[in-house]
Parts: sequence; structure tokens; C-alpha cells
Amino acid sequence: MIRTLPRSPLYITGYRIYILLFYIFLIMPLITICVLAFNDSNFIALPWMGFSLDWFFANTDERLGLFKDPDLLLSVWTSLQTGFLVALFSTIVGTIAALLFENEKFRLKGLLYFLALSPLVIPGVVLGISILLSATNAGIYLEETFGIDIEILAPSFWLVVIGQFSFCSTFVMLLVGARLKKFDPVLEEAALSLRATKLQVIWLITIPFLRSAIIGAFVVAFLISFSNFNTTIFLVGSDPTLPVDLYSRIKFSSTPVLNAVSFMIVSFITLSAMVNFAMNRNRE
Amino acid sequence: MKKTSSTFYLLLIPVLLWLIVLIVVPHMDLMFKSFRLETDEGNMIFSLNNYLTFFQDEIYWLTFVKTALYSIFVTFLAFVVTFPVAFYLTKVIGKQYSGFMTLLLLIPIWIGELVTVYGWMILLRDNGVINNFLMKIGLINSPIEMLFTNFSMTIGLLYMSMLFMIVPMMSALDSLDDSLIEAASDLGASKWTIFRQIIIPYTTPGIVSGGIIVFMLVIGDFVAPNILGGKSSLWFTEQIYNKFLASFNWEEGAAFGFLLLLLSSIIIWVALKLTGQKLERVGS
Repeated sequence: MIRTLPRSPLYITGYRIYILLFYIFLIMPLITICVLAFNDSNFIALPWMGFSLDWFFANTDERLGLFKDPDLLLSVWTSLQTGFLVALFSTIVGTIAALLFENEKFRLKGLLYFLALSPLVIPGVVLGISILLSATNAGIYLEETFGIDIEILAPSFWLVVIGQFSFCSTFVMLLVGARLKKFDPVLEEAALSLRATKLQVIWLITIPFLRSAIIGAFVVAFLISFSNFNTTIFLVGSDPTLPVDLYSRIKFSSTPVLNAVSFMIVSFITLSAMVNFAMNRNRE
Repeated sequence: MKKTSSTFYLLLIPVLLWLIVLIVVPHMDLMFKSFRLETDEGNMIFSLNNYLTFFQDEIYWLTFVKTALYSIFVTFLAFVVTFPVAFYLTKVIGKQYSGFMTLLLLIPIWIGELVTVYGWMILLRDNGVINNFLMKIGLINSPIEMLFTNFSMTIGLLYMSMLFMIVPMMSALDSLDDSLIEAASDLGASKWTIFRQIIIPYTTPGIVSGGIIVFMLVIGDFVAPNILGGKSSLWFTEQIYNKFLASFNWEEGAAFGFLLLLLSSIIIWVALKLTGQKLERVGS
């Protein structure tokens, strides 16, 4: 059954076949996209018409490649900016939340922690419409009472950042909090007895200890933001993020340029995962 | 002691702002909006009308019930499909391979749902890869209709959610001491007995937290049902989407969103109560 126990050949062969099928299931859609990105065809699926880089570089009436399509490049740029800002803000607030919930004792802590975890169990669509409603209400109120029009309260770039921040902070909090649980409080006590202020302890001792977890959480928040659709769709204004742009293309005008974009995403993620894996292995 | 408290407030205030402005207030707004109705004179009044619409119109509550049952089904399916994989990676193969194979599991998560769902769309089309392959080897003569059915929707939902279940199950299995299984085996327990009496009880926390994450992702998903599902596979999030972005009936949309939130909270609460788990554990 496990490594150390004797196993019947039938059991182990059957098990291996199942695992193999599972991995084929896992990789099949990714391989398909990557291969078809180089198909010399005007349709997103088969038949295979020969190798071509048209869907990356062509600029003709029939074919507009990824790198020649200003709308698509703009949505990639929007997503990169959104991802960076969301990751930045949620890393700051999520880390603060981790410090608060791990180190401090206060009234209503349980309730606040429950609220901080709640984005895990709120469907993304519901979070999206709630924030849309709230921002619209606030916008109308400010307009009617003070006569000021705040653009970011209408669906816009910044509303997307705010909406994604609201749940990415939870993931940062959990990742940084997990590392903080391994922090040795003796270090903190030593610094405090040497008359460091509590803020100095956090800045000079706790944060450096958490450095790798914070960087990891930043990357996770960026990736979550970059691929988010369910919340973003309700908050997006005139400048779509990449998933929103891809969605409307899939629905209304699919050309193989979708395969080309997907190929770029798949290879970038796979490559970074491999590099990260190799680096971790070398360190060990 | 004064310094201590000022640091505490420095940590508390950003977290409070995040939770109140972006979590509590938006969901209050959602609830209030769901009880509003615009009269013929254009005044907003309190009303249960939005909820009545839901119960009177068959398509709404049927979709609601279907979404709930389907989400439970997909969660169960995800467990059945991924548990053997989690067990294989932690207990059966050597540590030197399991690291790399686990990494492969994470790649589709980071690539993001939209790209992988798009990949499945290409695979399952009438002129897609799978139909082409089946026709080439002579198994079928004409394409099987797979896309835009409940089948394709289930595949998409399963694919995008199941990997979130493996990780918590693997960490639970990792801490299960092999000698427990060895001892049971030495005492003559059958595989099925070991599985039911040792492995499952021990990994329940991992299964529950993974299951909750999968369930949340599935019930709140929009992309897979919308792109891969057909006319007959309406998802409740699509109704919310239509109310907000197609018919601009935000009051009914808010009521639907609130019902979805209520439904998912109740099902998770029941699952936690039945298994004696706490939400705090789901986070870790």
C-alpha cells in the first residue's frame, strides 16, 4: 500500500496507469493551446495547416498577431499594472493583518479574524457586485451632497484594484501568518529588553525574518490578480484587463491569437515554476 | 506601555479600514439593495418583491437548486479523482519524484481559469482535438457533441477546482505516520479497512478544507459554465451577471447575490458542523 509495504504488481500497475491518465488530463488542454498557437490557420481548432508565427507577428487584413494588436497589448499592460498595484497594497495590508492577529490580543479579535477570512467563503461574483453597489452608492451620495464627482467610484481601473485588493489581502495574511507562527518570540523579547521600541522590533527583526514569505505572498497576489475574472468583470471600466478581454474575444470573435496569448501565459508560468523549483533544489 | 498601544493602533487601523470599507459595508449594501423596489413614480421603497420574483419564476429557483446540487457533486467528484493522486504523491512514490510531480499540479492553478477553460473548449469542440482523434482511430464516424453540454461544464469545473483540493489533502497525508499503516497491515487489516479506519479519519481536516475551497470556487464560478456549458446548463452566477450587466436590474441582482451568499454560507456551515471543523483551520 505504501513505500515500505510489499505491494502486488497488479495494484501498483493499476495505480501507475491511473496517475498517468490523471496527468494526461491535466496537461492536455495546455499542450493543445501551445501547439495550436503555431497553426497556420484562421480557426482556433484543428485541422493542422502547417507551422506559422502569424498569430504572433502578422499584421494583415485577415490576421492580426499578438504583438501587432494594440488592444490586446493594452489589456496585457492594464493587467500588469493592476497586478502590481494589487500585490503591493495587499502585501502591505495582509502583512499588517498577519502581525496584528498573530502578535496582539484584543477584544473582538475572533470576529475580526473571521471577517478577514471571509473572502475565502464569499463567491467572487458576490464580492464583485457588493463592491460595485457600495462604490456606486458612495459616488451618488458624494455627488448629491457635495457636488463632487469621484471617477474611481464608477467602474474603472482603480475600482478593479480596490476589488481585487479586498480578497488578495486575505491570501497574503494567511501566507505571511503561517511563517510568523514559526517566529521565535525570544528574539523579540531580547530586542525589547535592549530597549528597542515595538515598532523597531517589527521593522528590524520581524520583517527581515518574514522577507521570503512576504516576497512569496507578493507573487501569489500578483498571479491571483492577473488571472482574476469573476470579481473583476463587475468592476471593470473602459480599460479591460487581460482576462476580461480574452473572455469577450472567446465569446464574440475567437481567432487563433487567443492561442498565442495563452501560449505566452502557459510558457511564462511553466518557465518560472521550473526556475523556482531548480533554485530551491540547489539551495538544499 | 504607551508605545505598545500606539503600535497596536498602527496595526489595527489599516486592517479595520480594509474589513469595514471593503467587506462589511459592501455586503450590508448588498442586503439593503436586495429589499429595495423602484415604484412607478421613481421612489425607492422597502419590498420583498425581488425575492418573490425569485420564487415565482421557475427558471431562477431551478437554476439555484441545480447550481447547489451540481456544486456538491463536483466537490465529491474532485475528492474521488484527486485523493488517489494525493496519496500516491505523499505515500507511494519516492520523495525525489514527488516534488517535481507536485510542481506540475500547481502550474494549471497559476495559469488561471480562463486560459485552461479555453483549452478545454478547443479540445471538446465538434471539430476539436478529441473528436478528431476519435475519428482518426475509427472509434466514431461523426463528431460527438461534447461542448456546450453538462458534460463539458463538469469537466471545466472539475479541472479548475480539483487541484485546490490536492494541496490540503497532501499536507494532511504528509503528517500521517507510515508506521500506523504498517502496524495495521501487520495485524492483518485489509487495504479497505486501513483506508476507512486510518487514512480517511486522519485526513478529514485536509479533505474538509480542500472540499470547502473547491465548493466555493465551483458555486461562485462564472467562466466554466458560461464558456463550456450550454443553454441547458445555466449557472446561478450567470443569472446574477445578467441582472447586473445585461438587464440592469440591480435590485433583483442584489437579491440573487444575497441568496447565493446565504446558500454557500449555509452549506459550508453544515459541512463544518458535520465534521467538527472550524473555519480557522480552512485558512491554514
